[in-house]
Order: sequence, then structure tokens, then C-alpha cells
Amino acid sequence: MNLLAGLIAGAARLISGVNVRWIDSEPDPRQTVYFANHTSHLDFVVLWSSLPAAIRARARPVAAQDYWERGLRWAVAVNVFHAVLVARRQAQPAPDPREAIDHMVEAMGSDNSLILFPEGTRGTGEEVAAFKSGLYYLCQRKPELRLVPGYLSNLNRILPKGEFLPVPFISRLTFGPPITLKADESKAEFLERARETLCRLRNL
Amino acid sequence: MKNLDPQLVWAFAGVLGLLAVSSLIGLVLKTAIKKPEAQATISNLNARIGAWWIMSAIFALTLVIGPVGSLVLFGLMSLLALREYVTLLPTRRADHRTLFWAFFIFTPLQYCLIGIQWYGMFAILIPVYAFLFVPTRMAIAGDTGAFLERASTLQWGLMICIYCLSYTPALLMLKIPNYGRPAKLMLYLVLVDQLSDVLQYVWGKLLGRHKIAPVISPNKTWEGFVGGIATATAIGAALWWMTPFSPAVAATVSLTITCMGFAGGLTMSAIKRDRGVKDYGTLIKGHGGILDRMDSMCFAAPVFFHIVRYFYVR
Repeated sequence: MNLLAGLIAGAARLISGVNVRWIDSEPDPRQTVYFANHTSHLDFVVLWSSLPAAIRARARPVAAQDYWERGLRWAVAVNVFHAVLVARRQAQPAPDPREAIDHMVEAMGSDNSLILFPEGTRGTGEEVAAFKSGLYYLCQRKPELRLVPGYLSNLNRILPKGEFLPVPFISRLTFGPPITLKADESKAEFLERARETLCRLRNL
Repeated sequence: MKNLDPQLVWAFAGVLGLLAVSSLIGLVLKTAIKKPEAQATISNLNARIGAWWIMSAIFALTLVIGPVGSLVLFGLMSLLALREYVTLLPTRRADHRTLFWAFFIFTPLQYCLIGIQWYGMFAILIPVYAFLFVPTRMAIAGDTGAFLERASTLQWGLMICIYCLSYTPALLMLKIPNYGRPAKLMLYLVLVDQLSDVLQYVWGKLLGRHKIAPVISPNKTWEGFVGGIATATAIGAALWWMTPFSPAVAATVSLTITCMGFAGGLTMSAIKRDRGVKDYGTLIKGHGGILDRMDSMCFAAPVFFHIVRYFYVR
């Protein structure tokens, strides 16, 4: 499985031509939640493949159960990426959001990291949508948790929403310094601060 | 091994010697000069030399494999160059399918036409058929915003990254009486063109004072231009034995290659300045992207091809 993971990571970097930058930050093996903007099906695999191998092996994506819970996709998601599958709010019957948080906390254990797209769904690439509250509840459960923002550019041009054939562009991934939940911060304040931290990386 | 023409082997031995000497000089500079302000230039120089070893090895390998090797190599370079180029364009969501055609239909088709030696179609596929296809497909997509800008910038990219670049391996199509395999001629073009770039850089770093085009490229100086073009032309003339040319013709052709190469470098730099980037990409360590390395080839190859075809074929 390590070999397959390495091959997938290499292919993802080749196809996306991703140029990875760590600005005022550096790869750190400590438990972290990497959160990024979401515009393409390629987002997760490109972000995952851009992490150093040792960190990548412990970084698990949080993904929508309805999208991944099928045949080959499921096999890859579970066996290679060790995906944490959570039900989306649109799912029927409507899931209990606390269950998803429990599931994430459990998946993180003491030393696993997560890759999370807090917008919840793919956007057009022009604006970063408001964050869903999952990130906040996760931080409440694990107060010292490091959140590292990663801004993905051009992946929506490689494989936009609604297209099935990719076109090559050079993409870029910019990581920024970590943030943590402040003791007195409200949910709305925190989610907006996290979103702004991510957006600031766009033009750096 | 049937592709190993002795003249080709001599030329590559020369390249090998040149690389070895450059690496030695790079090493000496690195250990001898401790001035902090020179460190960046020296480490960039060493990165460039390292990349030259890899590029030369890849090019030699594809030449030994034969025409298919060269076509695959240049086909991939076209794809990578086009990727660097379109990344800088203001493309829209509606251009996705048109771009797919550019990358995965027109690029392979162009190199296949060289492979089957269909010169008539090779020469017009991009300037006629792709030229008309691009705006048609964009019109069908239905987004009229900045339509002319989107269509024409993509057409221009296809001309540079696919059409012009494909003229280098297209030399393999030429049947020159009493000359043998044209692989030597392709190596000759690449050698003179790339040496001209290198020598302009070297002369510029050693003596460069007067900038030619400060707005477009701060590194291009008159000293670099004259020194680089003169020495590359002299080397091109001295290599006449691997071409169908006489020494005097070889000098004239080399001068044409180097001047076209300079024009290519200048034009492609103007695009970078317009888009506010320093390099097209980061693929080749120390050099930038494929387009940063091949900008001069894109302009030199078509002219060189047509000179040879007009005067030496049949």
C-alpha cells in the first residue's frame, strides 16, 4: 500500500504541476488539521501528495460518505488514504452533526492529522465560501489543536466542477502559519478568522 | 546502435567535455569566491550546469532511440510548454473543452504527422485547422466575454508551443542528398541555439554593462549579445563538418539561428513582464520552466528548417 500511495502521490504532483510553498511556516509532524479551499475533485489528493511522505502517511482526509462510498473509490479511500467518511447534512436521514465530530476525534487518535475542506462543497474558485461549523466543534473538543491553512490555486482550472476530463495547468499550494482556537472566541468569530487566514494566502 | 553516426558521437563527446569543464569551473568558483553578494549567482550557475547534465543526457538518450524518441521528447516538451503558457492566460470556465483539444488532440496529431512524414499537413495543421477550430469551439461554448482575447492568445500559444517547437524534430523528415541521417542536423541546431543562450549569459555576466532592453529583460546586455552571438556563430561555423553546409554557409546559418534565438528570448520575456512573472515555471532547476529554456528554439527552429528545406532538399 505504501508503494501505491507513493505512485498516486507522484502522479498527482505530475498532473497538477503543483508548486508548493510554505510561507512563515514549515512541515511539522505534530498532529495538525490542514484546511483548504475546495474547487475541484483533485483538491484532496494534491494537498495530500504535497505533504512530506512521513507526514502524508498520517494525514487522513475527511470526505463525504455519499461520494466515496462506492466500489473502487471506496477501496482507494479506505485502504490508501485512510479516509474518514462523514455523512453530509443533505444526506437522508439527516445525520447527527455530533456523530461526525466524534468520528473525526476518534480517527485522529493521538498522532493522526486530518485534511479538511471546511466550505463543505466545491466552489467556482472565485470566492471562498463561509465555513461550516465542524472545524469549530472539532477545536472545542481538542483545544490545543494546530490548524494549518493551505490555499489551492488553479485546480478548478484543471478539473472544474462538472467536467470529467482534466486539462493541464500549473497549480499552486500555499501553506501558512498555524492557528488555534482562542479561549474566548465565539463560533462565528473563529470561523471567520480561519477563513480570512486562508484567503490571505491567495495573493502571497 | 545503428543510430550512432560517428559524427554524432564526436559532437556529443564535445558536449561531454564542455559540461565537465563547466562543472569544474563551477566548483572552483564555489570554493574560491566567498563574497556573499556573489553567492546567489554562483549557486544559480551550478544549478544551471547540473540541469544541463540532465538535459543533455535525456537528449542523447532520445537521439540514440531514434526518431520516435525525439518525437516523444519534443511532444512532451510541447505539452509542458503549453501548460506553462496557458497558466498565464485569463482563461475562463467555458474554454475547458477547447483547451482539452489543444493539449490532447492537436499536440499529438502534430507530432504524429512528423512521424508519418506528411509534410504538407504538418505545415498547415496549426496555422489553418487549429486556427479555425479554436474560435469555433469557443463560440459553441457560448461565453462571449473577452472572446477575441481568449481565442487569439490561445492561437498564439498553439503556434509557439506546438507548431514552432515541433520544427526541431521535423528536421528528421528532411531527405538531404549525400548527407545521411538528419539527426545530426537536429543536434547542430540545438547545439548552436543553446550555446548561443549560454554564451550570451556568460559574456553578459563577465562584461555586461549596457542594457539592450532594460524594461523587458534586465539581464540582456549589448556585451552579452555581441559576444554570445559572435562566439556561437564561430562554433557553428567550426562544426560545419556535421552539416550539409560549407564553412561559410554554416557561419551564415549559425548567425541566423542565434539572431532568431535572441528574438525568441526577447519576445517570450516581454510576455512574462506583461503577466508579471519572472519565469514560466520551475521544472528545470536554475533555468525556470520549459518555455524559459526553449524560448529561443521556438523562433530559431522554423527558420532553420525552411532554410535547409529550400536550399538543400532535392
